[in-house]
Amino acid sequence: MTFAAFIAILPIILTAGASVAVMLGIAFERSHAQTVRLSLIGLGLAILSLPIAGLLAPIQATPLIIIDDYALFFIGLILSTGVVVTLLFSDYFGQGDSEDEEIYLLLLTAVLGAVVLVASRHFATLFLGLETMSVSLFAMIAYTVRKEMALESGVKYLILSGVSSGFLLFGSALVYAELGTFEFDQMSVLADSANWSPMVIVGLTMAVSGLAFKLSLVPFHLWTSDVYQGAPAPVTAFVATVSKGAIFALLLRYFVSADALHNFPVVIVFTILALLSILVGNLLALLQDDLKRLFAYSSIAHMGYLLIPFVAGAVIGKQLLIESVAFYLVAYFITTLGAFGMISALSNADREFTHIEDLKGLFWEKPLLAAAFTTMLLSLAGIPLTAGFIAKFYIFASGVQGAMWLLIFTLVLGSGIGLYYYLRVVMVMMKSPDTSSEPAEPRQIAQSGQLVLVGLMLLLIYLGVNPGPLTEVITGLG
Amino acid sequence: MILSLLIAVLFIGGLLAWKSETEDPDKPKFICLAALGLDMFIVLLIYLFGDPSLSLTGTGDPSWIMETNWQWIPRFGISFHLAMDGLSLLLVFLTLFLGFMAVGCSWNEITERVGFFHFNLMWTLAGVVGVFLALDLFLFFFFWEVMIIPMFFLISIWGHEKKVYAAIKFFLFTQVSSLLMLAAIVALVIVNYQSSGEYTFDYLVLLKTSIDPDMAYWLMLGFFIAFVVKLPGVPFHTWLPDAHTQAPTAGSVLLAGILLKTGAYGLIRFVVPLFPDASAEFAPIAMFLGVISILYGAHMAFAQSDMKRLIAYTSISHMGFILLGVFAWNEWALQGAVMTMLAHGISSAALFMIAGALQQRMHTRDMRRMGGLWGQVPRLSVVALFFTVAALGMPGLGNFIGEFLVLLGAFQADIWMTVFASLGLIAAPVYSLILVQKAFHCEPRESHKLWDFGQREMTMMAFMIVAMVWMGVYPQTMLNLSAPVLENLNQIVAFKD
Repeated sequence: MTFAAFIAILPIILTAGASVAVMLGIAFERSHAQTVRLSLIGLGLAILSLPIAGLLAPIQATPLIIIDDYALFFIGLILSTGVVVTLLFSDYFGQGDSEDEEIYLLLLTAVLGAVVLVASRHFATLFLGLETMSVSLFAMIAYTVRKEMALESGVKYLILSGVSSGFLLFGSALVYAELGTFEFDQMSVLADSANWSPMVIVGLTMAVSGLAFKLSLVPFHLWTSDVYQGAPAPVTAFVATVSKGAIFALLLRYFVSADALHNFPVVIVFTILALLSILVGNLLALLQDDLKRLFAYSSIAHMGYLLIPFVAGAVIGKQLLIESVAFYLVAYFITTLGAFGMISALSNADREFTHIEDLKGLFWEKPLLAAAFTTMLLSLAGIPLTAGFIAKFYIFASGVQGAMWLLIFTLVLGSGIGLYYYLRVVMVMMKSPDTSSEPAEPRQIAQSGQLVLVGLMLLLIYLGVNPGPLTEVITGLG
Repeated sequence: MILSLLIAVLFIGGLLAWKSETEDPDKPKFICLAALGLDMFIVLLIYLFGDPSLSLTGTGDPSWIMETNWQWIPRFGISFHLAMDGLSLLLVFLTLFLGFMAVGCSWNEITERVGFFHFNLMWTLAGVVGVFLALDLFLFFFFWEVMIIPMFFLISIWGHEKKVYAAIKFFLFTQVSSLLMLAAIVALVIVNYQSSGEYTFDYLVLLKTSIDPDMAYWLMLGFFIAFVVKLPGVPFHTWLPDAHTQAPTAGSVLLAGILLKTGAYGLIRFVVPLFPDASAEFAPIAMFLGVISILYGAHMAFAQSDMKRLIAYTSISHMGFILLGVFAWNEWALQGAVMTMLAHGISSAALFMIAGALQQRMHTRDMRRMGGLWGQVPRLSVVALFFTVAALGMPGLGNFIGEFLVLLGAFQADIWMTVFASLGLIAAPVYSLILVQKAFHCEPRESHKLWDFGQREMTMMAFMIVAMVWMGVYPQTMLNLSAPVLENLNQIVAFKD
């Protein structure tokens, strides 16, 4: 490995270093504040090293990893999300004198896995990154072991995730048996020469279903709502954003560099996944009274929307495809972090407020917090003034340019349904607070949690009103 | 620059109003009045010193009294492009005028969360002004959505008994239909991109796009549905009676007075000029829907006992005339449509203010529980009679000019449609007089503690009465402003043929 390549993977090395540092820190002294500080410093250093790596990009560091603008963009996104989640953790777990320092260690290793994923160009790193992330997630989801639901959802995720990894492995083995390569960008040539034999198609489909499990696309979505509900709220925020975003970024790189989007069966598979995810996700979200379950189903629908540019990929070209996905993921990350951040800010490790009625009257008690949450919901619904609108616009643009009328129609339908359940939450917040029943204990909200949420809200509005700078950055990714 | 100022003043005024509530609950009202006053002053300056006849250049290329064009999202050729011509000047004027009325009529009605109420009021107005000025289709869509959200809050927080249902229904109808429009806008842009290789959302560029007829028909439908839902025309009207009935008075005033007009404006400004052939092909169906709206609205109005619901159905009926006029697409009919927009804006707003005033006093909108008001609240009753008569199309008042011109124009396009539409003029006195008869005449059925219109209310009504009479007696003031624009649009359409 050359020195340049070594510098280029600095963000990955620093993240790994941070997790080791945190582990040692905990071993020496159990201090919550200290651990938080150490994690933030580690993530911050990794973020600072991005421009340095950017000077060298694009560069291939070993056959396994590629550091290009695409990878750096998503690494940056993941690391920043890591920072926000750390802050959410510190509020959620920091109360009382619990010994919860290890969650930060798990968070850092999960981030490490995600970072490797988005920089991978080879099946080996794909699998390594995926497993590093998933194994950390099992523990994070079941972290509050004394709660039955957390434990249950941890086990659920463990088993289903294991099965899906099996699918992924078997699929890639089939592809390898036929083509003799594990590198994404060599596949297209080889596959063309092998005339896309059934073995390759079957292998690809199996690999895709493995990844679809993690993305919780319908019909691989059954774990989602239970896991979202059972896991501690800030962990859910992480599962919903980083674990899905990283896998989507990887899927995109895989299919773009393998040039597999021209392939008819692949397009059919993704079209069906998209249609089902949008419809089932939105319809089931309608029935939920629990906010975490509601967001779980709505995230299924959002992953479905995200597949639309993917399906249109062959027609609209790599440029618009990557732009649409990148913008959508940024908007989705911010809103989802905000939404779960909100739940997490209201809750703590002992008690969670996740029922929709728990928000009653919030608009009049905590106007700023409720305004932030409303902005998140409107952004998820794709209403202007928020980044979610521009993101949806990108999806529309790619769908229409690819002439995917059926998918566009489903998107309109899905958004209509989506609007209803997002508005329902807004309406509950607007209701007058209960005065008849005995006064509930006042809501405790840590200052830092509120700060994070307001920050996310401002970012969301900024991107919605002035998306120019971000679009300029992401046009360079293609 | 000045045009963006118009919008910015309203946005900022809204924020200040929200903020100022903590200092003094009366302050938001005055801040709103100040913001509206400033805007009105600017518009009057534009009217006095601008030259509306400029729009007539003869080449089919509009030129504007005033224009602002900044880059916004260069990646997709989206710009912050605002422009004002005679038509938008009239509608912006109407918007601000009714803005004053909305603030005035909620002066005592809204006692809770005054700041947030006025914030929503101002932002709705800002969105509507933006819609009337935007010349970039993306920007237009942006404002189109911006005006819906605060209106949703107005209905859902300060509305009456079934407010949640009404607010969600309103939002769903308008939102889903506008997503169809978004798809159509994007498709139009892509069609243009495929022939010119450049992304642009600029209205003037897109006007010149040549589209495959089949495609044009579908795209036209996308726009049409969004605008007709807003108008509303049968069969997309069902949100309106609920939204109107449940909204607070100011909400009804804005809804009936100006939000409905954005739909009509969209038809005139976008649907026909962008897709002239497809619109011509579709015109019989659209005109038919217009006639159905006229008759159905009148029929339903006749059957209501809820005063606000009755007025809501009359709105549907009057909006049918606009639909008929726009798709007849000749100068008479278009002038008539514009006049109807203005006149109905004022007459329906006034009627809703009266209904709101009655509800505030009697806590009911049910006309079966009213009666005999003439003796108890004479001033209110006289004003109510005036606006009912105006709404039914009494010659000498604004609505008459509008509907008469529409029928005159439509007669040249389709005789039978016009014949049936004219029946609406017979139905109008029937439901209007029933309103007056049930609520104001007869014996009082219940005793209420009533108080008549005070100075504030009479001042507002006086302004509206003057406007109404002016429109009826000397409509030339308005026609002069809109004529060049409509002629220009006509040329664009003819040129495309």
